[in-house]
Amino acid sequence: MSEQTIYQAKDFKSAQLVRWCPGCGDFGVLSNLHKAMSQLGIAPHQTVVISGIGCSSRLTYYMNTYGFHTIHGRGAAIATGTKVANPQLSVWLATGDGDCLAIGGNHFIHAVRRNVDINILLMNNKIYGLTKGQYSPTSARGFVSKSSPYGTVEDPFRPAELTIGSRGTFFARTIDSDMKNSPEVMAAAAKHSGTSVVEIILNCVIFNDGINESITNRENRADKTIFLRHGEKMIYGKENNKGIVQDGFNLKAVTIGENGYTLNDILVHDAATSDPTLHLKLSLMDGDTLPVALGVIRDVEAPVYDRDMENQIEEVKNQTKVRNLNEFLKSGDTWEIK
Amino acid sequence: MVNFSIFIFQVFKLNLIFAGDLLRHKEHKLNKPRIYYFFMIQEIKVIERENVVIRFSGDSGDGMQLAGAIFSNLSAERGNYITTFPDYPAEIRAPHGTLSGVSGFQMQLGAKEVFTPGDKADVLIAMNPAALKVNAQFLKPDSVVIIDQDSFQKEDMGKAMFTTDDPFKELGITFVQVVAAPITQLCKEGLSGIADQKQAIRSRNIFALGLVCWLFNRPLQSAEKFLSEKFKKKPDILKANLLILQAGFNYGHNIHASVSTYRIETTPHKKGIYTDVNGNKATAYGLIAAAEKAGLPLFLGSYPITPATDIMQELAARKDLGVKVMQTEDEIAGICTAIGASFAGNLAATSTSGPGLALKSEAIGLAVMAEIPLVVVDVQRAGPSTGMPTKSEQTDLMQALYGRNGESPAMVMAAISPTDCFDSAFQASKIALEHMTPVILLTDGYIANGSSAWRIPDLDDYPEIKPPYVTPDMQNKWTPYLRNSENNVRYWAIPGTEGFTHRIGGLEKDYASGAISTDPLNHQKMVNARQVKIDKIADCIPLQEVWGDEDADVLVLGWGGTYGHLSEAVAKVRRAGGKVAFTHFRYIQPLPKNTAEIMRKYKKVLVIEQNTGQFAGYLRSKIGGFNPYQFNRIKGQPFLVSRLVEEINDLINSK
Repeated sequence: MSEQTIYQAKDFKSAQLVRWCPGCGDFGVLSNLHKAMSQLGIAPHQTVVISGIGCSSRLTYYMNTYGFHTIHGRGAAIATGTKVANPQLSVWLATGDGDCLAIGGNHFIHAVRRNVDINILLMNNKIYGLTKGQYSPTSARGFVSKSSPYGTVEDPFRPAELTIGSRGTFFARTIDSDMKNSPEVMAAAAKHSGTSVVEIILNCVIFNDGINESITNRENRADKTIFLRHGEKMIYGKENNKGIVQDGFNLKAVTIGENGYTLNDILVHDAATSDPTLHLKLSLMDGDTLPVALGVIRDVEAPVYDRDMENQIEEVKNQTKVRNLNEFLKSGDTWEIK
Repeated sequence: MVNFSIFIFQVFKLNLIFAGDLLRHKEHKLNKPRIYYFFMIQEIKVIERENVVIRFSGDSGDGMQLAGAIFSNLSAERGNYITTFPDYPAEIRAPHGTLSGVSGFQMQLGAKEVFTPGDKADVLIAMNPAALKVNAQFLKPDSVVIIDQDSFQKEDMGKAMFTTDDPFKELGITFVQVVAAPITQLCKEGLSGIADQKQAIRSRNIFALGLVCWLFNRPLQSAEKFLSEKFKKKPDILKANLLILQAGFNYGHNIHASVSTYRIETTPHKKGIYTDVNGNKATAYGLIAAAEKAGLPLFLGSYPITPATDIMQELAARKDLGVKVMQTEDEIAGICTAIGASFAGNLAATSTSGPGLALKSEAIGLAVMAEIPLVVVDVQRAGPSTGMPTKSEQTDLMQALYGRNGESPAMVMAAISPTDCFDSAFQASKIALEHMTPVILLTDGYIANGSSAWRIPDLDDYPEIKPPYVTPDMQNKWTPYLRNSENNVRYWAIPGTEGFTHRIGGLEKDYASGAISTDPLNHQKMVNARQVKIDKIADCIPLQEVWGDEDADVLVLGWGGTYGHLSEAVAKVRRAGGKVAFTHFRYIQPLPKNTAEIMRKYKKVLVIEQNTGQFAGYLRSKIGGFNPYQFNRIKGQPFLVSRLVEEINDLINSK
């Protein structure tokens, strides 16, 4: 890839002053996205970033690409239209948990179902930040917020489950502050043909500070997360001696060399298998007894909407002689007045 | 929204030329340097069918006499004049399904007295191929034929001596609408577990009756009353028939079956190749024509909704012309995919009806704010809420003008006839692209489904479409909201163009730099700039014309799809010696520049519209001191020309 890299991260940076709260996880996402884009070899003017409404959706203004900051929840539909209208463009959607999964839930699942070739960066901080602290559709049951002073009595969406339930072909996860792995994950999303969903575990310093602390802090991270790579064994831990095995219908975390488990027992990650069962299981690991899965969890090939639409048009055009409206109209039932 | 298990073929219709002294319009006054949208308004004649002829036909055992008799009786009960004619076969029981076994019941219903059962049918119910064959000769052009598709199987076709599998083609019937309903199957399903198959087959006539009740807006209570009397001693059969009656009615309701009892005729007076087109198809073709002229791909994002769905369907079928159509997950995604496509540089449109327009309003606001080209077609139907989906009204005008948050000006125009939908869609696209604005094009269910003869246009006769693209020399000086001082339109930089990366969106932007701004003076400036941009479109549209007696005291004024009825009424008044002037609007926002001048010239202005006075109110708000007379009807039905004539004459004669 390196020889194709003719752009630098700064080429994707706009002159606009970045106006998130100091310490916001969005800064990390922005910086990682600049880096990821510089690796793709796609020019800024061939790149479009679309967003809805919310803190994360401001990202569009900080990109030196074509950008469209739209209305709440509709980014996925607008990005879909942009990509279908011009499949040559590299189209990204910057969105948050409220924008994407509450008001925009319908557009999200249908974009994923159609497998339009867009890249969705889902910045999930489990809170409404721009409206100052209401619970979101990814907030945990019982979460106390300004709009749930006694705790919520509803279960959250899990973005991976929703993506896979919508027949998603690509799901990856990364952490806002992971400057090492995030560009790689985002670039993988861009290279995938079809809708890519990257869930970014994000910290809101003002309204939801520290909710991801148990898995993201440097001390815990190695034991609480696992970075998956296609074709590699699922090994993690400070000592690199823990792994994931299949245990009946479930997954289990084991220590290699303990209880009779050897390296051979550890599962090898297959992101490309079309059966989503294990991908779902992996993506639902929650950091309790099993580590939270990071990296590309699912990346499978499937028909791509925008490409298929163009192909269909070409096929139909090849079967007809009419080349314009006038010819088409005259090919139907007509009569002449002389 | 609608799931069809039937197909309605819209086939080539006869081009009827009606004699009569049509209203002759003066030629448009062209002011060439300023006005570059110019189209001929066609002469139109509306045929109101005050009478309708219906013929029930089937095998002699099919009970068509009963169905026909009940329908004519309940129509009489509702105040129609009727004449009926039962047409029995010679044999009491001829062989099943044969030509000699066809039994019919014909009736003529009229708003005024009718003296005959009618010569030819507007609606034919043919329960089998034999019935179709025997009655083909009695069909009017443009009639509706309802068939039980389950009884048009190979064996049935053979009994009726058909030699091919397309009875319509074989009979040379090429100008009717066919409603092919699976009546036998639906009767069996409807009575499953309630009555046996034999009874189900016997109830087919009642299904047809229920369907016809739907078509003609007849409440089922009267039919139920007649059936209850007829079958009072056979409660099981009554129960089955009542269920099936409702099933037939529901079927019509669910498929939104509709019968036009009106026909709009255009008088062709120009040489050329003609075809028959309805308003929805003409709208679709107008968009394609504009895309061809602009040299841009056409994108439509839409969601099925009566009565606008045909626009999407026609465009979806035009892959041969490269049209991209997305049937989206909802109305909002319909417009939002179109906005995305517009941002990407396509000619983008969305089509809908009133409830869908309501859902799209926030996104229209985005298009206003982002200043991108977009065509929003609203095929108006009776509201509010779900209202009467198959019935037509002009009640979305205020929604189109003002149904958004903030100061959100958009161009609003209205097509005036089925064929004008083509020109209007073309112009809406041209204005959207050249003025970087959403344009809301109002049509209505009446002109959308109404059809007329149409001269296939030569696009060389249509004006060029030239969007205000950025040019290479603008690089480094250009900002997203930099405007052309002449028309206040911003320049369009399409993604993929090097040197013009930029960000736009729903947030207010700085007039000069295009960066986000909450500066109070800047907001005032941008609000004004967006309004002025729309106002200046008035420089590019034709002046409003007045037809008829320009020096009359009374000016009849309408807009949109009522043109045919209004012009016909004005012509009738004038033929009878009345003095009246007439003007009909298709440009609503902005209004043609001479609008106020015209309004002030007439002593009495009568605004006629199918709402409670939305256009009249709008004109009042735009023209100080303007106080028109109004005639408003909101029945979901086209105007009666005779009623309009009466209203106009009353005003002429009033002191």
